[in-house]
Amino acid sequence: MEFDVEKIRQDFPILSRKVYGQPIAYLDNGATTQKPRQVIETVRKYYEQGNASIHRGIHFLSEQSTDTYEKARETVRRFINAASSSEIIFTSGATGSINAVAFSFGERYISEGDEVIISEMEHHANLVPWQMMCERKGARLKIIPFNEKGELIFGEYEKLLTDKTRIVAISHVSNTLGTINPVKEIIRKAHERDVPVLVDGAQAVQHETIDVRDLDADFYVFSGHKVYGPNGIGVLYGKEKYLYEMPPYQGGGDMVDCVTFEKTTYNQLPFKFEAGTMNYIGAAGLAAALDYISVIGLPGIRQYEHSLLEYATMKLMSVPGLRIYGLAPEKISILSFLMDDIHPYDAGMVLDKLGIAVRTGTHCNQPVMDHYRITGTLRACLAFYNTTGEIDRLYEGLLRVIRMFG
Amino acid sequence: MINFTGMNTQRIQEEIVSEFEVFDDWLDKYDYLIELSNGLPVMDPRYKTNEYLINGCQSKVWLKAEIEDGKVTFTADSDAIITKGIVSLLIRVLSGHEPKEILETDLFFIDRIGLRQNLSPTRSNGLLAMVKQMKLYALAYQTRLERGDK
Repeated sequence: MEFDVEKIRQDFPILSRKVYGQPIAYLDNGATTQKPRQVIETVRKYYEQGNASIHRGIHFLSEQSTDTYEKARETVRRFINAASSSEIIFTSGATGSINAVAFSFGERYISEGDEVIISEMEHHANLVPWQMMCERKGARLKIIPFNEKGELIFGEYEKLLTDKTRIVAISHVSNTLGTINPVKEIIRKAHERDVPVLVDGAQAVQHETIDVRDLDADFYVFSGHKVYGPNGIGVLYGKEKYLYEMPPYQGGGDMVDCVTFEKTTYNQLPFKFEAGTMNYIGAAGLAAALDYISVIGLPGIRQYEHSLLEYATMKLMSVPGLRIYGLAPEKISILSFLMDDIHPYDAGMVLDKLGIAVRTGTHCNQPVMDHYRITGTLRACLAFYNTTGEIDRLYEGLLRVIRMFG
Repeated sequence: MINFTGMNTQRIQEEIVSEFEVFDDWLDKYDYLIELSNGLPVMDPRYKTNEYLINGCQSKVWLKAEIEDGKVTFTADSDAIITKGIVSLLIRVLSGHEPKEILETDLFFIDRIGLRQNLSPTRSNGLLAMVKQMKLYALAYQTRLERGDK
């Protein structure tokens, strides 16, 4: 079936907006994605017809709300092919999920002198929480380097794995370089030493079919808002054997079994990790988003986005003085680039006034900038609702930038 | 360095506003800011150090202040050109005045020429921090002057 991008665009009301008198070319999908009507309607109807707190009341709306929430959990389970919905924990986002694991896993499994492996290309969200935990526990952070193309150096990773390694935390897809990391091999290698692996899927779930059991990931996290869902909702998948052992990282309502002043016993999985009133409306919106992209089909999305990536790479390469950072053969539709010595902030400001939304700066990825000895880049992240026409506009905009600053 | 004798910060701002009134296109405005950035007196590279850096995450701004004959002179630079253009406007307004006047100046021109978003706390281009720093320098000099008078 032909991928009908014009039809898809009609599902996203914001894409018909104009900014500064120009139709918006939204190319900042790595930061957040736009929402289809199906998600917006789900959230709106929930507030209008279904709102009630979950897991509490005995009344009709509360039961219905609880049911919707638990169905959303089941939708997530199916989407990433987890074994059981008790392994799906709702959080505030990928950052919240990683912080939860870094804290709880750290409490249970990390002692002084232990080692945690991450990579040089991690988003700050998959770096700082581990750094904080290592400081608290007296553990050490080990870093897998990447090469000039933006690929992890697997041999270096193998060398870092030791008897002291307790966990590996790695991004599935780099948010700056676009590199798809060989997470399956990374996991297999770690499992040879019984070391669990957390995969940060924040930039992967919207582009690739994820099967946590095929990957054999021990933890897999992602954010709702980057996969066309609402913001403020995220997912932590964890294997039951770890989640069961790990202590809760937040105390409060709903996560408890029995509370006395002497002792509190905790609720079963997944509720043990869901303290307080959860973002049940966000969860329903996320489920709607996952259903939406499942209907369109991730294989088709991937293929279309890949053709956009090829087109954009070719176009950008023809811009005089432009250099792309991240040229791994295995990459998704993220393009980070600079033009000679034009400051990315200047370029971004001009593109903005031409109606083109890109991101400028370090993309919460300062170690990657340090790697290339640069202070920031421009970044275009393409989604399945983007078009070659929008890439042409980016190209024309960049030529304009060069005329102004070059 | 920049000396607009006789013109108070109010007048200078009005002048800037009228200069920008001719542009109805954003990119023309930016072209003008680029032009202005070229006119900003070169900052001695030895002051472009961390000591004078106002880190804005996205673009860097360096700012130096001196006081002579009761008037404050600001020198500044930025690594981004549009930011530098705005820096040159801030200097044009605030440099060469007494600390008291700098402290009392309401920077209305930014709003009037449509560049307000560039001074929003979320922009992290160093400009908002630069304005705060300029006022802090003025406050420090003012305090020193008042003490000296006594």
